[in-house]
Amino acid sequence: MGVVGLSVPRVDGPAKVGGMACYVDDLVFPGMLHARTVRTSVPRGRLSGIRLDFDPAGFTVVDWRDIPGRNCTLHLTDDQPCLVQEDIRHVAEPVLLLAHEDRDTLWSACVQLMEERGEPVLDPAAASHDHAHVLISDGDVERGLRASDLVVEGEYRTGAQEHVYIEPNGIVAVPEANGGVTIHGSLQCPYYVHHALVNLLGLPGELVRVVPSENGGGFGGKEDYPSVIAGHAALLALKAKRPVKLVYDRAEDMLATTKRHPSVVRHRTGVMKDGRLVAMVIDVVLDGGAYVTLSPVVLSRACLHAQGAYRCPNVRINGRAAMTNTPPNGAFRGFGAPQTQFAMEVHMDRIAEALAMDPAKLRLRNVLRAGDRTATGQVLSDSTAEIVLREAMKRSGWRRKRVAWKGTNRGIGLALFRHGAGFTGSGEVRLASRCTLTTTERGVRIRVANTEIGQGTCTALSQIVADALDVPMDEVTFSVPDTADVPNSGPTVASRTVMVVGGILERAATAMREQLGTLSPAEHFARHGETNVTREHEPPPGLHWDDQTYRGDAYGTYGWGCDVAEVEYDPVTYAARAVKLTAVQEFGRPVNPVLARGQIEGGSAQGVGWALIEEVVMKDGAMTNAQLTNYAIPTTLDMPRVETVMVENPYPHGPFGAKGLGELPMNGPGPAIVNALRHVGLDLRQLPATPERVMEAARGRA
Amino acid sequence: MAARKRTPPLVEMTVNGEAVTVDRAPMVRLLDVLREDLHLTGTKEGCGEGECGACTVLLDGEPVCSCLVPLAQARGREVVTIEGVPADHPLKRAFVEEGGAQCGMCTPGMIMAALSLPARPSLDAVRAGLAGNLCRCTGYEAIYRAVQKAASERIGGAE
Ligand code: FES
Ligand code: FES
Repeated sequence: MGVVGLSVPRVDGPAKVGGMACYVDDLVFPGMLHARTVRTSVPRGRLSGIRLDFDPAGFTVVDWRDIPGRNCTLHLTDDQPCLVQEDIRHVAEPVLLLAHEDRDTLWSACVQLMEERGEPVLDPAAASHDHAHVLISDGDVERGLRASDLVVEGEYRTGAQEHVYIEPNGIVAVPEANGGVTIHGSLQCPYYVHHALVNLLGLPGELVRVVPSENGGGFGGKEDYPSVIAGHAALLALKAKRPVKLVYDRAEDMLATTKRHPSVVRHRTGVMKDGRLVAMVIDVVLDGGAYVTLSPVVLSRACLHAQGAYRCPNVRINGRAAMTNTPPNGAFRGFGAPQTQFAMEVHMDRIAEALAMDPAKLRLRNVLRAGDRTATGQVLSDSTAEIVLREAMKRSGWRRKRVAWKGTNRGIGLALFRHGAGFTGSGEVRLASRCTLTTTERGVRIRVANTEIGQGTCTALSQIVADALDVPMDEVTFSVPDTADVPNSGPTVASRTVMVVGGILERAATAMREQLGTLSPAEHFARHGETNVTREHEPPPGLHWDDQTYRGDAYGTYGWGCDVAEVEYDPVTYAARAVKLTAVQEFGRPVNPVLARGQIEGGSAQGVGWALIEEVVMKDGAMTNAQLTNYAIPTTLDMPRVETVMVENPYPHGPFGAKGLGELPMNGPGPAIVNALRHVGLDLRQLPATPERVMEAARGRA
Repeated sequence: MAARKRTPPLVEMTVNGEAVTVDRAPMVRLLDVLREDLHLTGTKEGCGEGECGACTVLLDGEPVCSCLVPLAQARGREVVTIEGVPADHPLKRAFVEEGGAQCGMCTPGMIMAALSLPARPSLDAVRAGLAGNLCRCTGYEAIYRAVQKAASERIGGAE
């Protein structure tokens, strides 16, 4: 028997293809009101008054004075108000909430905000306040630089990126007879929302219940922001004593919610003539936006991946997340690592150019291998960097095309990268995730707080439990991650669900099998009634991390990948087109190859969009192209063909050898495409490589 | 019996093979009528501006963005939504097996658009035919595989 490793059709598939899956906007409750958020229009300033220019009959109106608990959306810290009281820090900051039974009446209500404009900070380089700092230091970089044959410097920039989950954000809040509230909605992390609402509403935990609905795409965009919307919907529902639906339209979602952090990364690298890296000095600046939200952890992951996939004895990485007057930037697949690895990988090609060396050869000389140390002092117990690199070269015909296409308008470029799976450092230990298995009449049900957001959580976790418990897959059900029913197994982020949560479930299932003896779960249920087995996260043995010094094992393990991009450049229109992407990735062992391939293909597509077409245009602190008409994501016609290769390397501490996967594929396409354009003779150091930027680069084309 | 005087007039159309009468303003979006009046929530809204294709339905057999179609334009015509496609349709099955649906938000619209592709579509025809439907999850490769698998099954079944 055994289903792990098989492409079991996804269990939520039939409902999704049939149109029966129930997303937040499909929910209707008796007496439900529609809701709307009134937002600021200046990037910084003071709110001096609010005028309601409409007949308030039938309306529920909420401002900060209606907040029973603390006026903040609590996450890592408490600096972000739920509703503006006076101080305005960004455009589209929520001020006032309205609800009405009739949508047209709701949207015709006119509200005037009296805003006194202040001087905004829009350039992160000029910001006087930072949300977070990181310093990683290893060896002696000054000495390393002096000892090297050559020093190569460069600055690399990436822009903001909008998630464009096809389902915009939304929440329905339902007031309960006991004075509490139930939240239904599109979200990744039910316990994050729970935590924020208990604080905002001043309610005991048992009176707040969070029930995720079907999720129409997250990618990090529904990690922390749903706490904001849930807070708003809950305040209205508790005041109106009726269910309230607050669903954003596309424009509001793009204008107000989080984006990938824009970055500026500077490299100064000392290298020997034979290509050996001797010293790396890396400065990372992320634009955090107006409030802290997740910036400290995004910065942390960014810095921990800044040295890329390379060994170097002397490294200094200095990072800061600057405070600016834009809506807060947040989690987006990759979480800082794509930005810093873009810089590293483009820089590597520039070093190769300076040494007149093949870029793949330069990488092979420096690639991190098992037994090598990273800049935090982590000794890698395994590394497939060299394997994925060689495989990608072979599959793509690297050597031949590299030579044959020289001097033409076709280019080929590669990027080598890694991604730490699970929370950073001691994060997983602090989370202390718990998972429960419960016997039922028909088998066993999985109780975890992790959400199905398209990546295949409910299928992959069911496969793991089925095999560890030695039961057929159809005896396993995946429960709705309702906070009233499931323990806190942590958030659905950081490529942690299969590896960490799946690992806990594997242990719970093994323990349950012992308890059941030779009985099936249903037989055991019939004889003894419901049985529960709960297990908590246990870190792999021997991991150490020090938050103060940034020394130790930053992640339990890493996934490794190498992408090769083939591009065509049109010297008339300056358009760069990606025609082929070879994505070779190692993430332990795939639990479900079809689902895993979907993660690689989908993540690669987001990388291609970020590389070439997705550009958030900011003016005076606001996104001016907040529409799908002028913020484009890849269509079928923009996507290169993607050839996926999964390299297997079972991870001893993951369930059935699995590591995390979701974010890894996002790291490669950006630098691979820009490096392919370098092969064409275009010196680009910034994403996205729009025709305007390509034109700029073409002026200096060799 | 004398017709009751009313503004706006009732709109009659066929939805998934059944005659329906709708009492909404003529400029209301077909999308809202399907979702709110007829409770056919399988048709999704991703943008409301004709860019994403999540709201795709067939109008007299042609794929349209129902967020751009005013109700009046559907008068007397035939609308097919995802709920009107049989559960065992090869496209639905192939989307599940090949991983053509991840979050599923684009899926109903994608399947409706795929229904109008030629019987044995080349890859280029699939790409061109689905270019108006955005998927943020799959990168489209699994959708191509699903569409081509379904096409070969349908053809195979007919032979
Ligand atoms: S909702 Fe109609 S095209 Fe996007
Ligand atoms: S499956 Fe999520 S948008 Fe296509």
